[in-house]
Amino acid sequence: MTDRRSFLRMTMAGAAGMLIAGCDRISQTLWGPDVLGKAEGLNRRVQALLSPSSSMAKEYAESDISPVFHPNGTTMPATPAYQALMADNFRGYRLQVDGLVSRPAKLSIDDLKRLDMRTQITRHDCVEGWSAIGKWQGTRLAAVLDHVGVAPQARFVVFHCFDEMEEDTPYYESIDLVEARHPQTLLAFALNDQSLPVPNGAPLRLRIGRQLGYKQAKYLARIELVSSFDDIGDGKGGYWEDQGYEWYAGI
Amino acid sequence: MSTESLEGGAAPSVPLAVAPLRRVVYRHSLPIRIMHWINVVALTLMFLSGLQIFNAHPRLYWGNRSDEGAAIFALGARQDTAGKMQGVTRIGKHEFTTTGVLGVSNEANGPQMRGFPSWLTVPGPQWLAMGRRWHFFFAWVFVLNGLCFVGYAMATRHLQRDLLPTGADWRGIGQSMVDHLRFKHPHGEEALRYNILQRLAYLTVIFVFGVGIVLMGLAMSPRMDAVLSPMVEAVGGRQSARTIHFIIAWGFVAFVLIHLFEVLITGVFNQLRGMITGYYAIDASPGDPQPRAEETSAESRPSEDRPHD
Repeated sequence: MTDRRSFLRMTMAGAAGMLIAGCDRISQTLWGPDVLGKAEGLNRRVQALLSPSSSMAKEYAESDISPVFHPNGTTMPATPAYQALMADNFRGYRLQVDGLVSRPAKLSIDDLKRLDMRTQITRHDCVEGWSAIGKWQGTRLAAVLDHVGVAPQARFVVFHCFDEMEEDTPYYESIDLVEARHPQTLLAFALNDQSLPVPNGAPLRLRIGRQLGYKQAKYLARIELVSSFDDIGDGKGGYWEDQGYEWYAGI
Repeated sequence: MSTESLEGGAAPSVPLAVAPLRRVVYRHSLPIRIMHWINVVALTLMFLSGLQIFNAHPRLYWGNRSDEGAAIFALGARQDTAGKMQGVTRIGKHEFTTTGVLGVSNEANGPQMRGFPSWLTVPGPQWLAMGRRWHFFFAWVFVLNGLCFVGYAMATRHLQRDLLPTGADWRGIGQSMVDHLRFKHPHGEEALRYNILQRLAYLTVIFVFGVGIVLMGLAMSPRMDAVLSPMVEAVGGRQSARTIHFIIAWGFVAFVLIHLFEVLITGVFNQLRGMITGYYAIDASPGDPQPRAEETSAESRPSEDRPHD
């Protein structure tokens, strides 16, 4: 009986070990992650059907706001350009908007406030699994796009950030124009009625209502309209996308 | 010479006296068998990659937020008085030392801080992006396979006939519980019929666990949340949905353990053959007109011609 039991246990442990080792080998191949990644396109298309592009993320009440909005990733960009701006309390900050636009612009936070203002209390869902609720004030990206005039061949909005994740590897993100024009897509300059704190992305960060946290780029330096992001970074459309995360972060 | 004739005369009766009459019936149809094994693969990989995803933030909460210190379940690490890493599992206010399995486990390069150990996650090393790829790929396999199963089971009336309990089933629930607790299982024709506890277990796993875990998974998707927020709020919020998703995953594990135990004690080879080839042997009743141990196809056997999965 003991023999049979230990045989059974060894068989099961062996099978589990082989299964996980096999999965690890598939994860290391070129084709494995590609095949598994096919689900991303399916998720994006099916979710767009089930949850139309006009659908709105739930907005919460003041009483739902997290006592502390946990800052993740970079909390203090070390680049000289950012440090100089911070030393001057971001008074010299200008958001550069260029690429496939008719009127490239350099906008201060006050310029943005004059363009448009929206306040929303939304939930931030991190890819790691945690959530936090914050009150964001910002300018709808749609208003900025209208201000600069988007060229017909533009398909994506790329966000270039001040913070570097590794040497010479700045954080960046990208979204398509439909997501960019969604009313809850903001360039936020305030969190919970205060100027955006440095750990949360001062002076300006992106808020997208219906995608995961890593899409919500902090420390925005420049917005570029492009027809393709193949030549930016490793070509996957964002810093975390280049590390293997999905470009479509709706799930 | 007399010995020879004795042996010769006694020979035919020996197997009859030792082995009971066995009859082989076609029990599980091909689509059911295929869907069963696809489900085994999908559930296994989703469970293992799910634990990988859980490890990225090995704490559970109730409500919409994950406030610091508000976790109702947490896998973590602390240093003991000697400065060695200790794995700690916290459920509510109760803490358990779980070094080696939960919180801290021994990896190739010594003890490492991680929720579930690498032998329970796909991929083995901490690699959230890859865990998500495995999880979402097999989520589609699981959902499409599940929809096919329910469609097939309804079309062939497998669901109505074999899974939905009859009035007699309900009346026999007490006896069925006693039989299960005493590991008493029917052997003849009765073994072909699902008992009430089996029916309830399968229905719960399919329609409560299966549907529930998919809905709770969708509840965690921020894009789906835009249309599902009434449901998300009804279960308490996104973090509640994540907690329920996790609990149902372990509910599946509990079901699989009981399922495997029942398979083991009711004849593992016969059961496995049933789910691989479709053919399942039962003890034949004395009045059975069929010759013993003769494999008969479903078509030639009107009384048992329906695949009974």
